[in-house]
Amino acid sequence: MASGMTSSEYIAHHLTNLTYGKHPVNGWSFAESGQQVADMGFMSINVDSMVWSVGLGAFFIWLFSRVGRTATTGVPSGVQNFIEMIIEFVDDNVKSMFQHKSAVIAPMALTIFVWVFLMNLMDLVPVDWIPHLAGMMGINFMKIVPSTDLNVTMGIAFSVFFLIIFYSIKAKGVGGFMAELSLQPLGKWALPFNLLLELVGLIAKPISLALRLFGNMYAGEMIFILIALLPFWAQWLLSVPWALFHILIITLQAFIFMVLTIVYLAMAHDHH
Amino acid sequence: MNMNMTILGQIISFAIFVYLCMKFVWPPLTTALAERQKMIAEGLDAADKAARELADAQQSVETALQESKAQAATIIEQANKRASQIVDEAKETAQAEADRIKTAATADVEQEINSAKEALRAQVATLVVAGAEKILGASIDVNNHKELVDKLAAEL
Repeated sequence: MASGMTSSEYIAHHLTNLTYGKHPVNGWSFAESGQQVADMGFMSINVDSMVWSVGLGAFFIWLFSRVGRTATTGVPSGVQNFIEMIIEFVDDNVKSMFQHKSAVIAPMALTIFVWVFLMNLMDLVPVDWIPHLAGMMGINFMKIVPSTDLNVTMGIAFSVFFLIIFYSIKAKGVGGFMAELSLQPLGKWALPFNLLLELVGLIAKPISLALRLFGNMYAGEMIFILIALLPFWAQWLLSVPWALFHILIITLQAFIFMVLTIVYLAMAHDHH
Repeated sequence: MNMNMTILGQIISFAIFVYLCMKFVWPPLTTALAERQKMIAEGLDAADKAARELADAQQSVETALQESKAQAATIIEQANKRASQIVDEAKETAQAEADRIKTAATADVEQEINSAKEALRAQVATLVVAGAEKILGASIDVNNHKELVDKLAAEL
């Protein structure tokens, strides 16, 4: 915990993104407080979320494609073994849940799993290290866990949502998709009711995807921040068990995000 | 927590990452995995085949061994039989030879005896004549008394 801050200031500081946007008074600039971030509204961007998530995504692509280029069919070693294990794990999941032919689903599931996992993994970096380092370089805010930013999880979830609609229309046609939304569960005489029910169900998919990941990561991060408020000699008593437990959570959340994406896209292909 | 353009940035970067994953990550790795799977399957097949062949080979070795043992036994038996046959034949031949030699010897001896007898007879005749001449003091016409002399000689 940085000196000269109250607990609430410390928490608020750790939960504020480094935001660049158009402030009504200051124009295009970095926000210097939570209030300025709120004032910027939609015309702003969370630079820390973008940098960390794109950086982690690039790391994923770099690592996996490097291994893919040098992959041998002989006895795999080290990194290749580990990455093949992940690939097989994702491939098994996709094959068991998604019976249709698609060149996109499996690579997308892999991207989601590894990318979300890496973003979650940043949660295990001690909460003060990188923000403090950034502070010394003159950067006010630095949230290093992109998946605790609702924009990030919503971004992925809505991409999945677009794909759900795309594949629904591709598999069933516009008419078929509309019929699915409006002619069940009660038949054509209850069309408005059906439409309402099905639209809520459809919207709930991306919203629940995004909020589940965001909520878990945000809560986990919050607990790390609260633990960081303790005296330094007592922190390990709580932070070590929570970090160990959190290893399970970050893996599980990445897995859940991937599995639900596959299931939703499989459902989009199915005729009801 | 406020929504802003980060969400659009995330959608764009997600799309790019999925594209890159589709292009550069998924195909080479799954190809490598499939190839290794094939290689392992082939290896296992080959191992199975080799094991079967080994079992076959052992089987045929066993059979060959049995056959050669049986053959060897037959050969030994035949050899034994042949050996005793040869011994028997040799015995018979030897016996026959011995008999022949004995017969020939007996015949020779007989002949010798006969010829000795003849010679003696002749000499006896001469001696008789000579003795009779001495006794009688006159020569004996051999021709006249031939019958008598021969009779005498034959009685000896």
